[in-house]
This record gives sequence, structure tokens and C-alpha cells, in this order.
Amino acid sequence: MYRHWQYEKDADNIFWLTFNRQSSSVNTINAEVLEELHSFLQMLEALPKPPLGLVIQSGKENGFIAGADIHQFENVKSAEEATSLIEQGQKIFEELEKVSFPTLALIQGFCLGGGLELALACRYRIAIDDPKTRFGTPEVLLGIHPGWGGTVRLPRLIGIFSAMDLMLSGRSISAKEAGKMGLVDVVVPKRQYMAAVKYYLNSPLWKRGVRGDFLNRKSPPSPPFIKVGEHILNLEFVRPLIGKFLYRKLRAKVNPAHYPAPFAIVDNWVEHGISKQSAFESEIKSISQLMVSDTAKNLLRVFHLQETLKNLSRESLFKPRHIHVVGAGVMGGDIAAWCALKGFKVTLQDTNLKAIAASLKRAKELFTKQLKEPYRVKAAMDRLMPDVEGLGISKSDIIIEAIIENKEAKQALFKNIEKLAKPEAILASNTSTIPLEEIAETLQSGERLVGIHFFNPVAKMSLVEVISDNKTDPLVTQCAIAFVRCIDKLPLPVRSAPGFLINRLLMPYLMEGVRLLSEGLSKTVIDRAAIEFGMPMGPIELADMVGLDVCLLAGESLSHHFGGQVPNQIRELVAKGHLGKKTGRGFYEYKKGKPVKEKLDINYQIPEDITDRLMFRMFNEALACLREGIVADANLLDAGMIFGAGFPPFRGGPLHYIAEEGKPYLMHRLNVLAERYGDQFLADRGWSELDVA
Amino acid sequence: MANYKTKNTVYIVDGLRTPFIKVQGGPNPLSASDLAVTAARVLLARQSFKPEVIEEVIVGCASPAPDEMNIARLIALRLGCGDKCLGWTVQRNCASGLQAIDCASQDIASGRHDIVLAGGTECMSRAPLIFNDAMVEWLANFKMSRTFFKKIKALMQFRPQFIIPVIGLLKGLTDPYVNLSMGQTAENLGYQFNISREEMDALALSSHERALFAQEQGYFNEITPLCDWQGGIVEFDNGVRLDSSLEKLAKLKPAFDKPFGNVTAGNSSPVTDGAAFLILASEAAVKRYNLTVLGKIVETTWAALDPAVMGLGPVHAITKLLSAQQLSIQDIDYWEINEAFAVQVLACLKAMNDQDYCQTRLGLSHALGTIDIKRLNVDGGAIAVGHPVGASGARLVLHLLQVLKRHNAKRGIASLCIGGGQGGAMLLERM
Repeated sequence: MYRHWQYEKDADNIFWLTFNRQSSSVNTINAEVLEELHSFLQMLEALPKPPLGLVIQSGKENGFIAGADIHQFENVKSAEEATSLIEQGQKIFEELEKVSFPTLALIQGFCLGGGLELALACRYRIAIDDPKTRFGTPEVLLGIHPGWGGTVRLPRLIGIFSAMDLMLSGRSISAKEAGKMGLVDVVVPKRQYMAAVKYYLNSPLWKRGVRGDFLNRKSPPSPPFIKVGEHILNLEFVRPLIGKFLYRKLRAKVNPAHYPAPFAIVDNWVEHGISKQSAFESEIKSISQLMVSDTAKNLLRVFHLQETLKNLSRESLFKPRHIHVVGAGVMGGDIAAWCALKGFKVTLQDTNLKAIAASLKRAKELFTKQLKEPYRVKAAMDRLMPDVEGLGISKSDIIIEAIIENKEAKQALFKNIEKLAKPEAILASNTSTIPLEEIAETLQSGERLVGIHFFNPVAKMSLVEVISDNKTDPLVTQCAIAFVRCIDKLPLPVRSAPGFLINRLLMPYLMEGVRLLSEGLSKTVIDRAAIEFGMPMGPIELADMVGLDVCLLAGESLSHHFGGQVPNQIRELVAKGHLGKKTGRGFYEYKKGKPVKEKLDINYQIPEDITDRLMFRMFNEALACLREGIVADANLLDAGMIFGAGFPPFRGGPLHYIAEEGKPYLMHRLNVLAERYGDQFLADRGWSELDVA
Repeated sequence: MANYKTKNTVYIVDGLRTPFIKVQGGPNPLSASDLAVTAARVLLARQSFKPEVIEEVIVGCASPAPDEMNIARLIALRLGCGDKCLGWTVQRNCASGLQAIDCASQDIASGRHDIVLAGGTECMSRAPLIFNDAMVEWLANFKMSRTFFKKIKALMQFRPQFIIPVIGLLKGLTDPYVNLSMGQTAENLGYQFNISREEMDALALSSHERALFAQEQGYFNEITPLCDWQGGIVEFDNGVRLDSSLEKLAKLKPAFDKPFGNVTAGNSSPVTDGAAFLILASEAAVKRYNLTVLGKIVETTWAALDPAVMGLGPVHAITKLLSAQQLSIQDIDYWEINEAFAVQVLACLKAMNDQDYCQTRLGLSHALGTIDIKRLNVDGGAIAVGHPVGASGARLVLHLLQVLKRHNAKRGIASLCIGGGQGGAMLLERM
């Protein structure tokens, strides 16, 4: 009867409505889905005997509802078109909220964005206790905000601070947290779901006509004093005061010019609060505008780029179980810990037991932070075994080397590993400077060797470069890509060449930063110039964070291949032992792990050309990489830069930026820079090959 | 009792233990099951078979923590032996580890299982502090007080001495039937056999010297290092002293019979954390997985005696073992007798050599004879290495097999005295 919904009536006259979106592996909401829901609700209302209640659940194993169907928004051309799309959703969710019988969302797995808004429009929400059950409003990550009443219903239910926290950050929370917050009425183990459904649908609260929002909620979890508090917070003359506080907190994190959506959420609330109908109307108005903004379009592009990377391994059947990591330095130890966190059996080999012990300590901290529950932390620790003798080599499916950057050492290691490992095991190096072909020289079967290059800190950096050369078996590369997906990272296939993609693109940015420093500019100004463009960190601070010794090594290796010179300041600082953040001093001095920066006036204008000098070096190098075929296409290059090098997502990637800004204009700028500042700005041949207007 | 001679041969395939960690100060960051997993997962990692092949895990543990009750099953699951792997915990005080191996060997001998992981673990540093009875009573009373005034009344009855805790470890090391601490039973032996303080200290010193020498020679290759998840490492048994001397030992005050006793912290085994595990297999399993073996278990005997002289337990168990096997002391190449107390080992040696004791207490026609001190605890004993109660039995068996291998010898006996008045002894043989 319906394409996406199935329903069933049980003996108690409860209707069970199951959402099972056709021809899609996850449940997302589009116009058709909403239409069907609307006609179903009308059908229920027209029944001679009204149902005892309606339960909405998912027919998908993986989760409840992932949100609105993104494809639908992509085709939106104008704000008017967006408005009508949003309006339809709001209307149908309002209809759901106002039906004459109790409604209940039974949630297992993800419940995000539009899916959460649907649940919010129900009278009750029951969460099944499962690590996969997550709640959140990730809309801001796509440059928009909730649009189907979420910005109003969420604060009504859980209070303004919790709601703002979820909506402004886009983060997701567990079932347990949702229960504590009052976002769901109850969290139950799966075995109790039926009892819970019956309890709530028979609840006397509903029969007395009590509504579900916090203002007159009679059931736990909100204690009464919070309700009174919320009343005060939502008073018309209090809202601007709280708004000020929220704006300040937001500004510390994001620039309103770059990311307007979270600011719009606060604007709407300050102006309209949550009790009046106008709040819903202003939600429609602001999201419609946001949806057609460049930021939203670019963030949507970033979302697709991410999907592209994720789908690279779709066909692979490679399912590793045991990972062996050699080298328990910061990288090796953290890679091992990450793999154990993601459920793999891991053996961590190093001759230095102290390094292994230090890695285990960091692993425990990571597990405690991510898994929280002590029994899960212990299970993860059990999966991570110190392995001084290398017992794991012969049993693992993939062996990752992360020892010192020394060709001979790596060659000797892999020669030994090759003898012990299973014949089908993947051999991987985390090297960032030594070409694969050189490491493979001493191997019997060099086609098994692939590069899997992680970035520091492993737990935070989602991108992993998968490096292959002409010798690497394509099947091995495929397996490596599949492995990277298995551990929830984004694989970027890269051709073996010095610096691969990310380091190669970051190096000119760093070097130009240091050059500006030597021209007498203050480091704070240089970093600010990059941050204003949208980079997460300026080049000087980045150099300090990476470690100046590492920068020097990488810089020398790259300049050896591509010309140029490593600035002397770096050499001098390294000689003095000022290696950056890790030693408490590099270009900056560090107090409690934070760089001491000079205070700039709010109205301070960054001098001309500074930002361009930093970014154009990067663009130029990006085109060189594309021309050399370091990555297969412009999209992969943009994806790599965004997820690996912190290129501002709202700009959609360097090549996308070039296309948007116009190639002729940028080339002209480049020529100007070359005249003013030197040959490092000479346009790469790649510019002329670039196929954009 | 089962007669092993007609049953399946029981092989010990491999074994590994953690370093034994002398308790100095607070609780170990690792629990008893953490210690067990640390040792056993490396042991399993070096086998040709998968952990799921293990059919049963038997663990000796004198006092598992409240959150690790059947610790053996917990360890089995944590090791990845799978849902179907059996796990049960045995308690025979100081010989719990030996008991676990005995149980495992019986299951293999009877044909019930082919491959069993057995051993012991103990985290004595985590022994609990317990509320005293007065406090428990007061708490119960307070909880029962329903009205406000009754609650106030109950509160008024609180006395500061209620918060003085009972130290679980001391309770555990005291025999409730004869009301003697283990150290006091050791003092009994010194009195009975007229053993001087100097003799005790000399044995303690030799234990440290032997252990130190063995460490330097790398004889303890049955140890896998331990990382404590807080960045700390222990690579060796850290109770072994570099600087022990008779003068220093002589200065120590008596620990149990104050102020005149002879048993001191220096000539007793220290409070220790640790775990030791062995893999036992049938002939069929040895063939199927192509395993090399360390040795086989020939027989195990147990004996009981007056709890007030529990330290003589080994004499009684060894007597049974030798007569059952029709062997004499001279037929045994190497011995491990657990050094709970120096005086207790000395008393065992004296009792075995004592015509009167052997006749009246053991029912023998003559004295058992003398164990050559050069063949007893050759790499030091529990006084130096430590005595994590549940694990010691497994350590003795594992180390004895190493000693036999090193000297290319054939037979060895591992034996322990057991708090409460028992003794156990196991005869091992290399092929």
C-alpha cells in the first residue's frame, strides 16, 4: 500500500508503523516518504475506532532514521523552492504531533537530523540500549540547521542549554546520555521494549491530555526546579543575555562569515523563543536561506567527497582480524591502539619495552575516553597485546611498520617479516619519506608492499593515505583501502612520490609562513592570516605542532626532490633543541600546552598579500600534484586536502575553490605574487592543463 | 583414587608467567585476572593452535576479588578461548595453583579433555579492607531506621572505632581453627625442631643469592614482562634483593611472635602479586597440533596434618608420592619445595631425616633420608621470588621443568605446604 512504510495492527489496537525506505540501505526522509506518512496518519484519524496508539519503528537493521534525504536538497535552486520543501515537512510533523492518539518512536541505532525531528514530534520516545543507538542534529555540519521543528521542539523537551549544545556542535550522544537529558522517555534493553511500549501507550498522562514538552511535563526525568529555570531562561528579556553568552562561545570556535548556520539557530531563539508559532516560521525562513548559500553547497560537496572515499572499498571482501604493528613510537602505538579500539586483535612489537608500556598507557586513555564503560575498556586492552618477540607476525592479516625513518632498518625488517608472515598477509609501511620501491628492493615479493600513511594524532585525523607504486599489486592496494575503512578512517589512494599528497601540499604553506617570519612579520599575524581564510591552524603553529625536527626532515627530503630550501630559522631552532610544542618551545613558547600569542586589535587588518602568499603556494603545489597524477582526480585531491590538511571545508577544497573564484583571475594574482615575492610563485604547468573556466 | 598408569599420559606443553611483584604500598593497577591474561595470552600467542582449541581453563586463586568471582571462566573469555571453553576456579590456599594443574591433569588422564590451560593467579595487593562487625551492625541498624527520629537515634550511636577496618589479607593468612597466623605456625616448627634464627637467615640469604644468580644467567625465561597500563614495566621478580646479607637479616625484628620470635619479614616469603600458566595436553593433542613437550605429570599426592604445624605438609605428601611410585629420595633429580618460611623448609628437611618423626607420624620403618641442598630450590625460592598464593604451585611446576631441562635431568618433585594443615606434591618426568 505504501512504498516506504508498512503497518500492522496488534491485538491491543496498537498500530506498528515500520519505516523501510525502498531502494536504499538506510532510512532517509524525502517528499515521498512524508506524503505517505501524511496519508497514513489521515487514514488512522478516519478510523471509526481510534487506535490505542501508534508506534513508529525502523525496518532497517542499521538504525532508525539517518535524517533528511540529502539528494533532495541538492537540486534546490532557489530559497523559495527550499521553503516549500521545508514547509511540507514541518506541516506533516505538526500533524503527527497533534494526532488524537498517543504516538511513540521506538529507536534503535542512529536517530539523526530529520529522524530525530520525527521522533521529537511523537509523544514518547523509547531508546533501545545499544552502543549503536545515537542521537544528534548534525545539520550544522552541512551548513544548515534543523528545519522540521527541531530547533523549537528540542529546547522545549530538554532545555535550552542541552539543546543548543547538540544543535550548535552537531555532535551525537548515546542512548544513556539521551535518557539522562530527557531526550527520550526511557532507555530499555531490547528484551523490555514491548513492556515499555505498552506502559507508555497506556499511560494515564496521555489520557489526561498532558502534552510532552518540559513546560508541563509530569513524568521524570526533569526535576521541577529545572522547569522553573527553563521558564526564566526563555523569558523575552532573558534570551538576549543568554544569546550573548552563546554567541561568545560560538565565536571562539567558528567564524560567522564562514559558518553562519549555528549563529542563525541562536538568532532565531533569541528573537522568537520556543513557545510561539513564529519560532517555527523563522526556522523555515532561515534554513531556506542557508540551504542555497555557498557554505551549505560546499559542505554538501564535502559530504559527498567523504562518501566517495568511504565507497572506495565497497567491493572489497578483505576482512582482516589480526593487525600486527611494528614500532611502538607515538605513531605505531597510536595506530595499534586505534585498531584495537575498532575491535581488531592487535599485536604491538618493539624491542623497547618502555615504548610499548607508554603506548599501552596512551591506549588506555584513548579507550577510557571513547568507550567509557570499564568492561569495554578492559576488552579493548585485552585485544592489544605487547609483543616483544613478534609472535603476532605469523598470525596477522596485515602488518604495519612504523619504525624509524631509515631505509636499511625498514628493508631488514620487511625482509624478516616476509619470511614469517602468512603468504596472503598485507605488508604495509607507515613511512612518510622513504619511497616504497626502495623498501621493496630487498623483498622477494615486492608487490605485497603498500604504504598506509597515518597522520598525527591518529585518533583525530580521519584521513589515511594508501600509497602504491607501479610494483604494488592492485589487489593489495584494494585490501589496504578496505582495511582503512574497517578501522573507520578515510582512505585516500595516492601514487608513491616524495611527500605523497598531504605533506607535499602542507610543506610550501609552512615554508612560506617561515619566510614571512624572516621578512619581519609577527607570527601571530601570519597565523591569523591563514585562520581568516579558514585554515584550522596557521603555518607557524602547525610547524610547532608537527615538530620542527620532523618539518626539517620532511622539508629537506622534499626540497631534495623539488628544489627550494628549508629556511634557516627551522635549522637553528632544531639545533637549539626547540622542537615545537613537544619541547615547550619552537617558534612559539608554550604555556600549559598552549602557544603564547600576542594580542591583536579586533579591527586589525591583515596586510595585503599575506593570506594569498600562504594559500597560493598551496594551490600551486596542488596543481603540480594533479598534473603528476599523485591522486587520480581533482575530487580526491580536494578530499585529501580537506580531511588531511585542514583545508576549510566551507570552501569545498582547493581545486573547487579555484574553479569558483575563476582560473584567469587567480593566475593573474599568481603572476603578481611571483613578480613581488619571487619564483616560488611561478605558475605550475598544471594551471594551463586545468580544465576549468 | 584414579590410577594414572592405566590412563592417558598427561603432557605439559608450555608455560609462562608474569614477573612476581612484591607488594610495596598500594594496590596493583592490574587485577588478578589482568595478571593472568598478561601471561596467558602471550603463552597462547606462541602456540600453533588457536585459543578456541583450549577446552577448559582451570585457575587456582586463593581469594578472587568480588568482581572476579569465577576468575577462571573470566580469564578464559578474556583470552578469546570462546563461549564454549569451560572455566572453573580452585581454592586450596597456598597450593591452589598446584591443585589447578592436578585437576587439569585428571581431566586429561580420564580422557574428558585433550587440551587444558591451567595455572594460578593472585593479586594480594588488592586484598580488601573490610568493615568491622560493629560497623556492619550499625549500618544495618541505620538502614532499618525508617523515621526521622529513629535515624537521629541511630546516628547518635555511631562510634569512631567503627571505622577501623579489618585487613582482609591478615585474616586470610590466619588459621581460624587453631587461631594461629601462618608465621606463628612457622615459629612452632622452629621450636619443635630447634632451628636457630641464624639457620633461617642463612637459608633466606641463599634464596636471594640463588635467585639473583639465576636472573643474571637468564634462567628465568619462563617470565614474560608486564606493562601495567600506566606506563610502568616489570621485567623480573622484583622481590629478589641485590643487597641482602646476614648482618642485615639479623637486624630485622620478629614479625609474628613479638618480641622474642625468630620468624622475620626477611626469612619469610613476601606478599606478592603474580600469575603463572601451563598448557596441558593429551597424547592425541600433542600429535594433532605437532606440539613439543616440556615433560609429563606422573602423579600428584595430597596429605593432611595438624594445622598448627602446617609447614610440614610437604613431608607427608612427598612420603605418599614416593611410596606410591616406589621411589626413594635419591631417585629424584631436582626438588622445588615452596619457601613459605625459611624455618618451614628447614623443618621439612629435618623431619624427613628424623627417624622418630618418620616412624611415629609417617608410619615408616626408617627415616626418609636427606635431600641434597644443591638439588633443592636451585634458583632460589619464594623468600626471594615471592609467593602469590594462588600462583605459586604453578610457578614451581613450571620452573622445575626448566631446571630439569637445563640439567638434562629426568625426575623432579614440586611440593608446597598449605595453610590449614595440608601438603601437596607432584612428580614430573622429562622424556
